Amino acid sequence: MTDTTSPKAATRPSLLYRIWDHELCYSFRKSHLTVGAAVVTLILILAAVFANIIAPHNPFDTASIDLMDSELPPAWTVDGDQRFLLGTDNLGRDIYSTILYGMRISLLVGFASVILSAVIGIAAGLIAGYVGGKVDAVIMRIADIQLSFPTILIALLIDGISRGILDRELHDAMIIPVLVLSIGISNWVQYARTVRGSTLVERNKEYVQAARVIGLHPILIMIRHVLPNVMGPVLVIATLGLAFAILTEATLSFLGVGMPPTQPSLGTLIRIGNDYLFSGLWWISIFPGATLAILVLAVNLLGDWLRDALNPKLR
Amino acid sequence: MAAFILRRLAQSILVMLVVSLVAFYMFQFLGDPINQMVGIDTPLAEREALRERLGLNDPMIIRFGKFVLNAAQLDFGLSYQHKQPVVDLLMERMPATIELSFVSAIIAFFLALPAGVYTGLYRNRWSSKALLTLSLVGISIPTFLIGILFIYLFAVILGWLPSFGRGEVITLPGGWTTGLLTVSGLKAIILPATTLGLFTLTLIMRLIRAEMLEVLRTDYIKFARARGLTNRAVNFGHALKNTLVPVITVTGLLLGNLIAFAIITESVFQWPGMGRLFLQAIQEVDLPVMSAYLVMISFLFVVINLIVDILYYVVDPRLRVEKSGGGH
Repeated sequence: MTDTTSPKAATRPSLLYRIWDHELCYSFRKSHLTVGAAVVTLILILAAVFANIIAPHNPFDTASIDLMDSELPPAWTVDGDQRFLLGTDNLGRDIYSTILYGMRISLLVGFASVILSAVIGIAAGLIAGYVGGKVDAVIMRIADIQLSFPTILIALLIDGISRGILDRELHDAMIIPVLVLSIGISNWVQYARTVRGSTLVERNKEYVQAARVIGLHPILIMIRHVLPNVMGPVLVIATLGLAFAILTEATLSFLGVGMPPTQPSLGTLIRIGNDYLFSGLWWISIFPGATLAILVLAVNLLGDWLRDALNPKLR
Repeated sequence: MAAFILRRLAQSILVMLVVSLVAFYMFQFLGDPINQMVGIDTPLAEREALRERLGLNDPMIIRFGKFVLNAAQLDFGLSYQHKQPVVDLLMERMPATIELSFVSAIIAFFLALPAGVYTGLYRNRWSSKALLTLSLVGISIPTFLIGILFIYLFAVILGWLPSFGRGEVITLPGGWTTGLLTVSGLKAIILPATTLGLFTLTLIMRLIRAEMLEVLRTDYIKFARARGLTNRAVNFGHALKNTLVPVITVTGLLLGNLIAFAIITESVFQWPGMGRLFLQAIQEVDLPVMSAYLVMISFLFVVINLIVDILYYVVDPRLRVEKSGGGH
């Protein structure tokens, strides 16, 4: 698509220059909103990854927490304490630090469940589209049935079932895998439908026929040849799916069936703060809430841009 | 048309069977219900008697048959946690959830209609762009957070509206409780219904806008303008009317989503509906309530989908013309 060889043709432009000059990168550079969203997302991800270095306090170190410091308002208010920028919660934990650590869990669950849904969805879509026939009918019928139920209901249900299988302590210890499983399984359908659609188109193209003629194994054809050509839309769904997964995790945690208060994600922090809202302690839930909203909005903006940038009709 | 509805009906029954199977298997594999119901010191013989009485010793297929038969008669057994018939618990709370969902669907639809038409007609005005950006921001803020913000603003700071409960409730004949006939009930439903409806509002607004943009490009709109009709007649009589078929369909389908998403709103506003019961059931692994909620809500979904499908046939005259013309 992009022919970067200059008329002189003797010196090949450097790799960095070719990336910079690629049309995707060009459309990225042109959209200030997208660049802003990318910067915000990157900062938030880095802040979460390096939470243990950046955070001024360790909210999980019971030795450093003093109940005397509890329910302090943000530092810039009259009663604020300079040590706690965004105030403290009911246990005297620094809100700013808990947000950083909480974002780590939110992002971890978000990324992991997106990967899980993508893997299930891509596999189902590839098989349905490539094999066709009865296999296709069964897979897509399951997808249709699941699609008629809201994802939050399915996620809640899987979470509930896992509570039945595991006993309470084991469930609390396994809560991150359980959340990843419930959010991941509840979101695979979109990937499957998209991948199936593109696979149906790719299946009849000459390169696939050629691969079949030389006797490659169908699984090899699907993974090596078809998959790379259907990845564009998957990338868009995955980006928007990340925002959605983070929201779903926050919702489950807020409802009290997600991360426990001992291992709070952003949703858990909002839940904790909600109980104190009536006493006027707004900062406990508002700051994690704002962080969540900014994170999700930034990822959504990136996804929106990617969708338009990869859409051939809009070029 | 009969064939179409029949096919839809068959599909609905299939969905219900699959859901019942899931609900049934939940019982089958999840823990021992006896352990949930009795204390640790209950003797073995007593447990065995209870097991026999509840029919837990029958073969699988008989139990599934019984389950479906009972479910069809709205008998889902006793709640482990409340020790009451599940159907009573659900029926008691159903009016609250249905009322909340309907009111928020109405709010969403009637706010989305003008907003969608406006952004469709004047898509280059900055106010339209602001509305669209706002809707993206709205999608990015989770429902529960919007609920919390509403409570903080309108209940804690301003003190205008109540932050929890249904207000005063009147019992109608037939056992249906309604909060829509009392002042306190109406005041109580404003915040939760708006919170629940916001996401749907943005979806419908974007849909109406997209449909308007599509319709406004067509020849018959140009012709209507050429005939010298007023803008009002063209925009509303011709353009809007033709966007409404998909909009009504989607609104109907979103109603099912609203009932499910009510779980979150009910939790934030302590609304005494089915969603909160379901949530408590998950936390306490109250399997009869979980599976009954699942079956009930699937049934609601299936019925709504069926009605929307039929409505689609009724509303769109083109489909009717095909039928009277002999069809394909």
